[in-house]
Amino acid sequence: MANKITLNLISGRTIQQGVAIEGGKEKPLYRTAAGIIEMDHQDFKKLGAWKNSNVRVSSEFGSVIVKAIETTQGPHPGLGFIPMGPWANSVISDNTYSTGMPTFKGVPVTVEVALNEPILLGIELVQKQCGVKVG
Amino acid sequence: MTKTVTDVICPFCGTLCDDVECVVSDDGKQLLEVYNACVIGTEKFLHSQAKDRVTRPRLRQDDGSWKEISYDEAVEYSAQMLAKAKKPMLFGWSSTNCEAQSVGNEIAEISKACCDNTAATCHGTTLIAVQDIGLPSCTLGEVKNRADRIIFWGCNPAHAHPRHMSRYSIFPRGFFTGKGQMSRKMIVVDPRPTDTAKMADVHLQVEQGRDYELLDALRVAFKGEWLPDVVAGVPAEKIREAADMMKSGRFGIIFFGMGVTQSLSKNHNIDAAIAVTKDLNEYTKFSIMPMRGHYNVTGSGEVFAWQFGFPFSVDLTRGFARYNPGDTSTIDLLIRGELDAMFTIGSDPGAHFPISAVKPIANMPSVCVDPHLTPTSGVSKLHVPVAFNGVEVGGNCYRMDNVPIDCRKVVEPPEGMLTDEQFLIKVRDRLKQLKGVA
Amino acid sequence: MSEYIIKNGHVFDPVQGIKGDKKDIAIKDGKIADKVSSAAKVIDAAGKTVMAGAVEIHAHIAGPKVNLGRIYRPEDKLFSCTPTKGMERMGGGASIPTTFKTGYEYAKMGYTTAMEAAMPPLFSRHVHEEIRDTPIIDEAAFPVFGNNWFVLEYLKNQEIENTAAYCAWLLKATKGYAIKVVNPGGTEAWGWGLNCLTVNDPVPYFDITPAEIIRGLIEANEYLGLPHSMHIHPNNLGNPGCYETTLDTLKLAEGYKAKNKFGREQVLHLTHTQFHSYGGTNWGDFESKAKEVTDYVNANKNITIDTGNVTLDETTTMTADGPFEHHLTGLNHLKWANVDVELETAAGVVPYIYSPNISVCAIQWAIGLEIPLLMKDPMRCYITTDHPNAGPFTRYPRVIKWLMSAKARETQINAFKHKDKVLSQTAIGTMDREISLYELAQMTRAGPAKSLGLSGMCGGLAPGMDADVAVYNFNPEKPVANPDDIEKAFSRCAAVFKSGVQVVSNGDIVSNGNKRTLWVNVKVKDNPQVTRDIKEKFIKYYSMTQNNYEALGHHFIPNPYALEVDAT
Repeated sequence: MANKITLNLISGRTIQQGVAIEGGKEKPLYRTAAGIIEMDHQDFKKLGAWKNSNVRVSSEFGSVIVKAIETTQGPHPGLGFIPMGPWANSVISDNTYSTGMPTFKGVPVTVEVALNEPILLGIELVQKQCGVKVG
Repeated sequence: MTKTVTDVICPFCGTLCDDVECVVSDDGKQLLEVYNACVIGTEKFLHSQAKDRVTRPRLRQDDGSWKEISYDEAVEYSAQMLAKAKKPMLFGWSSTNCEAQSVGNEIAEISKACCDNTAATCHGTTLIAVQDIGLPSCTLGEVKNRADRIIFWGCNPAHAHPRHMSRYSIFPRGFFTGKGQMSRKMIVVDPRPTDTAKMADVHLQVEQGRDYELLDALRVAFKGEWLPDVVAGVPAEKIREAADMMKSGRFGIIFFGMGVTQSLSKNHNIDAAIAVTKDLNEYTKFSIMPMRGHYNVTGSGEVFAWQFGFPFSVDLTRGFARYNPGDTSTIDLLIRGELDAMFTIGSDPGAHFPISAVKPIANMPSVCVDPHLTPTSGVSKLHVPVAFNGVEVGGNCYRMDNVPIDCRKVVEPPEGMLTDEQFLIKVRDRLKQLKGVA
Repeated sequence: MSEYIIKNGHVFDPVQGIKGDKKDIAIKDGKIADKVSSAAKVIDAAGKTVMAGAVEIHAHIAGPKVNLGRIYRPEDKLFSCTPTKGMERMGGGASIPTTFKTGYEYAKMGYTTAMEAAMPPLFSRHVHEEIRDTPIIDEAAFPVFGNNWFVLEYLKNQEIENTAAYCAWLLKATKGYAIKVVNPGGTEAWGWGLNCLTVNDPVPYFDITPAEIIRGLIEANEYLGLPHSMHIHPNNLGNPGCYETTLDTLKLAEGYKAKNKFGREQVLHLTHTQFHSYGGTNWGDFESKAKEVTDYVNANKNITIDTGNVTLDETTTMTADGPFEHHLTGLNHLKWANVDVELETAAGVVPYIYSPNISVCAIQWAIGLEIPLLMKDPMRCYITTDHPNAGPFTRYPRVIKWLMSAKARETQINAFKHKDKVLSQTAIGTMDREISLYELAQMTRAGPAKSLGLSGMCGGLAPGMDADVAVYNFNPEKPVANPDDIEKAFSRCAAVFKSGVQVVSNGDIVSNGNKRTLWVNVKVKDNPQVTRDIKEKFIKYYSMTQNNYEALGHHFIPNPYALEVDAT
């Protein structure tokens, strides 16, 4: 069951993410809106995963646990979409090619099922990766 | 009794809607209802009323806990940090007003800092392209009154700029566009069949990251020259159909977004898109406009430009203004470890920078000025909550088409809270004392 | 407020007819005074030239297109950045300097008042923010009217009173100063990628001609009695043969007389005349028609002009003449920026290099100098570079050198690659007139102040006027050894006072002064139709609400000065 698929990852705005950042990035709603990866039906099949299960998304730049959901704006086989935010930014490419702009779109990632691993809240995720001591 | 404030400006996205109405309590302290705004804007107005809001600055202690401190102590920490730093960064500025930005620029000048706005992660590459090739553009009212060809390239206004299509681009009935949507053709270029793409007359489902090729193919198609059967995943006949549709309009516009600015090729994509626009002006009238994200990122670029000469990524460390994206841009400076203090205001790099650029922030003296709790406040040493700009304080802002609109104050901020500008003025004045400047 | 006495300088003041006499100028309470107490600080101006602060009548120094130029031309900052220094904020930019640098550079050359020549009304708040951040100099901005839908619709029906009421409303909403017209009708046509190249080309859809717009706005201007006249950049700018359109435009002013309480005598100000005085049919037989244009202006006293001198620099052109900039990018293939503004106007920006090695540029240079040299009345011809279009304003000292010294002109002519062409296509080689310091004071002080309706306030040194004074390190009694000494002397003042505050000392900024924003507040009779029309246009066609349109508040205009006009 150690299935792993490769996707081309893009990130971007969704209206749910927009509402969530204004509603409070410390709230679970932010995780619901942006701690997800939207995947195509076909890619779910390849991965052999149920919809709405936790997955680990990894790239050469990092790794993050998010919930895999069926795409809301598809079909787009081979393409993964994580709404903009700390979950996406844990794995996107920081290479700016001297433009100042990281490569937020078009990053090869692998996706594997990680049923029992927790999806962190937005602020928590960043603090943990930065090693911030929280009292 | 309640009262209604009209002509309120929504401080969320670059669409900068200015027809919002807010119902406030009689004492002007509570915002009760919001009309005309989109779901995101409504949330923004209403969340400012949250009962669990942080209203005083907090300093991170050694044990990781927050300690509430006074604004004066927060001013002292900020000024000391900036006075001591060799290469501080003042980052953000996109969710605050132009008056605060102006004070921030004074602080940057006194402390010989780097300063940058969120163009770093949205349209910085657009600005680079504009510096290469120019920008034929127009105001959004021109689109409303004249445009019969609308192209959304790598942007998804249905999600990111929810009222854009109803106010300016697709639906409104303008002076020469009396039939509204019926008088317009809509083309969407996106690797996904987005909610915007689903509305289009033509959707070019470009292969992700290959926009440059498709743009070049359009330029070939305008001239009626040979094309391969498929370019960037789009069949040649579909490209020709789109090209003919663009050429046959009387007034067209390309709106573009992160799909082109953040993909590989970056500024070169925009170069090509602007070249397409220039070409089209040989046949008809065409404009192009970046879909700016933050409600006042455009204003930050304007203020930087008239005060320092450059729209973003400005480095003042040598005592005069330098600009060289890749060298003086925030994310590169952070990743290379060149900064020794971080002052963030009106943006959230903690959530929107790649994680490798966030880690250094957590390991240096850092201040986050933001009314919200954010990943940035979560990794900063000092969090200074302030009044909500555009809700609890007014001030000038610039729409995505560079039109300035003066935001309105709708309700009072919680007792004793400072605005961005008030806090910055205190920091500036203290910094002047520390640096011994008049 | 401090008192000053500027002693023993050679004073040139056309307002009082003083032509270089040694005279003391007293300053008290921000004004020129008859006398001051013995406590007054003495400024020794012996062997120096003293004039009123200069008045810039036409420059693009604040607002959206200027800032677009700054944003899209980082290369303009190369080698032109200035560090923080004492009073001075950091600056940068050569042809489009930052706001701080703009204020300092004007002040250091002895300028104390400047007009931003084209304000798109929708962007007035932006223009005022930049004016606020331009230190020292008093500034005003001209909103553009020549392609405004209200104006086109009212004038199509010859409704002068409604046009005037609308102009009054817009001046107030934008805190504007005068009625500016740029390529009348042509810029609206540009909304569809078209243009109006003669005064008789109909404007698409609106079915009105540029001639009707021009006449109508002159009438509205005089109906209101504004301080300045209608200020026009005519159709067909910059094309070979355009002088005919220019003459057609000027002829539209025939029969009109100025009506105002500000001492203004003209009804039409023709700006950057150089760009409108071209003969020939193409760039090969391109030639000067400065004589034809100035002959007409000399004979018609109800017209004033400014020059628009080409300074032979790399610069950034910018104008509300949108179609012209599109045409220009087609000529030089440099980067093109354009902004069409709903219901009102447009603007374009293109960099340009006036190379002394290109015959057309050299001929343009010559035409710019021929115009003031051919004008008989220096009170009606003002020196500008149409900054930054024909060159940066910081080159005024060089233009002054060329005007004051035939030898300097000759040196430049000899340096041109196509000298013969310059001599055959213009009359510059035959002109030996040298502008005197008195004429210079007319062309840069008293003249523009009068044309702007500010003659009671600035441009002169009569007691009671604002104490705007410039002292130059230039001794009119000594022969000029080297023409470059003229340029040097006019580049950096020995002392400058703005409203009685010393702002420059030995070429350095010593105070940020007390900068004001001038605007014109016109009272008109209540006009329900215009009020209703404005409301309707905002509801139906503007992209912002009427209640958010006005430039209002301390953060836009911290120190306003309104000229009151009663047209009821």
